Amino acid sequence: MSTHRVWTFGADIDTDAMAPGAYMKLGIEGIAPHCLESVRPEFAASVQPGAVIAAGPNFGIGSSREQAAAALVQLGVKAVIAPSFSGLFFRNAFNLGLLLLTTPDAEQLEEGEQVELDLQTLRLTRPSGEHFQCEPIPEFLLAMVAAGGLMNQLRQRQGRGV
Amino acid sequence: MSQLQIPGQTLAQKLLATSAGRSQVAVGEILNCRVDLAMFHDSSGPRRLKPMLEELGATIWDKSKVVLVMDHYVPEQDDDSRRIVRIARDWAIEQRLPHVYDSIGICHVVLPQKGHIRPGMFCVGGDSHSPTGGAFGAYMFGIGSTEMLGVMVTGELWVRVPDTIRMQWDNTLSPGVAAKDMMLHMIGRFGMNGGQYQAVEFCGSGVQALSMQERMTLSNMSAEMGAQVGLIAPDETTREWLLKAGVAAAAEMDLSGWMTDDSASATTHVFDAATLAPQVAAPHSPANTQPVQAFDQVRVDVAYIGACTGAKLDDLRSAAQVFKGRKVATGVRLMVAPASQQDQQQAESEGIMTTLREAGAEVLPTACGACSGYGGRIPDGANVIATTARNFKGRMGSETAQVYLASPYTVAASALRGLISDPREILA
Repeated sequence: MSTHRVWTFGADIDTDAMAPGAYMKLGIEGIAPHCLESVRPEFAASVQPGAVIAAGPNFGIGSSREQAAAALVQLGVKAVIAPSFSGLFFRNAFNLGLLLLTTPDAEQLEEGEQVELDLQTLRLTRPSGEHFQCEPIPEFLLAMVAAGGLMNQLRQRQGRGV
Repeated sequence: MSQLQIPGQTLAQKLLATSAGRSQVAVGEILNCRVDLAMFHDSSGPRRLKPMLEELGATIWDKSKVVLVMDHYVPEQDDDSRRIVRIARDWAIEQRLPHVYDSIGICHVVLPQKGHIRPGMFCVGGDSHSPTGGAFGAYMFGIGSTEMLGVMVTGELWVRVPDTIRMQWDNTLSPGVAAKDMMLHMIGRFGMNGGQYQAVEFCGSGVQALSMQERMTLSNMSAEMGAQVGLIAPDETTREWLLKAGVAAAAEMDLSGWMTDDSASATTHVFDAATLAPQVAAPHSPANTQPVQAFDQVRVDVAYIGACTGAKLDDLRSAAQVFKGRKVATGVRLMVAPASQQDQQQAESEGIMTTLREAGAEVLPTACGACSGYGGRIPDGANVIATTARNFKGRMGSETAQVYLASPYTVAASALRGLISDPREILA
């Protein structure tokens, strides 16, 4: 069980907002400071490691650029909670070790509140004690997040250790 | 004894079963599929894959199945672009990649023109518009660079067998209406995640009547509907394209099985192509679509005919049909970035490029250009009407530009009048 500060976002947050085209020439350390600046300019500079994002439907629509997920990982975001995700972003996030939690209740979470996350049950608990049950995630994807992403799994596979 | 019923399979199920070495598969199953082709470009490919492969000490599983296209950062405009493209060129030589296409056009257009995409294949691309391959009856979709690394090392990829949503278009389009209008209409109706990462299949007489390049526009923008793939059952139009692209085996290819069985389980939505009006998507979402009439007082500063989904030969032909002998309105900047050199050369020989230049077009390099916001950009504050795929805020390089999406016909008509306009009025 771990506790996380909530940052809220609306619906249809796209990849180009998380990794703007103008900064795509740069490495992730150059992209991350601009992550979501067109939506919440203060986010990248203020977010602390361990935070979670609670957003509206269709989070991550748009491009295949995995820098969108990588920028969130770079900023220390632990998980994104939303009613639905772009399928391509979903794959990228798990590949990079970012946990995505699907629940129709995501938008009830409030800015700044602290939620508890139980990774075993995929259950979120609010300070009031209210629970949100997230949809199940295939075991192999949870294992990917636990390993810190596909690259780490490939490292293990190539016998080089982590 | 009751007769054993083999449930009908969708085109998506048949393609996935083949790539997983199975006779049939059920929706919801997670499969490990063998990759027949992996495509990436200068942005998603070498600059990300090279260091990761080196760190792993791994090699590419099968170079004959890899295609590299330089299209995003070409022509190089600054030191960062030069560095990124240099990495791609050096790596292509170092790895002796057999299929490399440098600065000859946009990956999604170049691949089919070079005959790489064939019915029945399972393909991945390091770009979200990779579903374009679905127009040829291939199961193709976009993945990120880390996942591409996994493919490079293992040659395999997991897929959850999707549900199928059939978009059945009856009758045929009227003059001045294009595949882009069909697609904007569907995205407007179902939303940017209406595809729910399932398989969309375009079918019906309205789809069968489309050229291969028009079909590619449908499959391409399945991405904007949030579908994993946008499939079209291959037919004689497909075969003809493949033969022209140098795929000699296409002459003998049995295409009859690559279709959804009548008894397969799928959701079907029916549309009438004949009554479809030109469509326009307003800022800042491709789902923000209405018939063109809703925008008739909107001023146009820039008309952009470009991108894999809007500047192929058929798109250039459509625009030229509207421009024929006319000039853009005073104050309108018309930019044309043909999707590939092959398309541009053919357009030159048909007199289409002359028509476009005489209308006032500034002809830009055959690359992704301003569509991705990587190469070139549109002016701040401008009202832009574009044949591109996405009008997210800032996508084309300016946070303050207002980008409208439309077909090449509508973009051309709007450039002529300086206001968003219905091309049917000009073509009439």
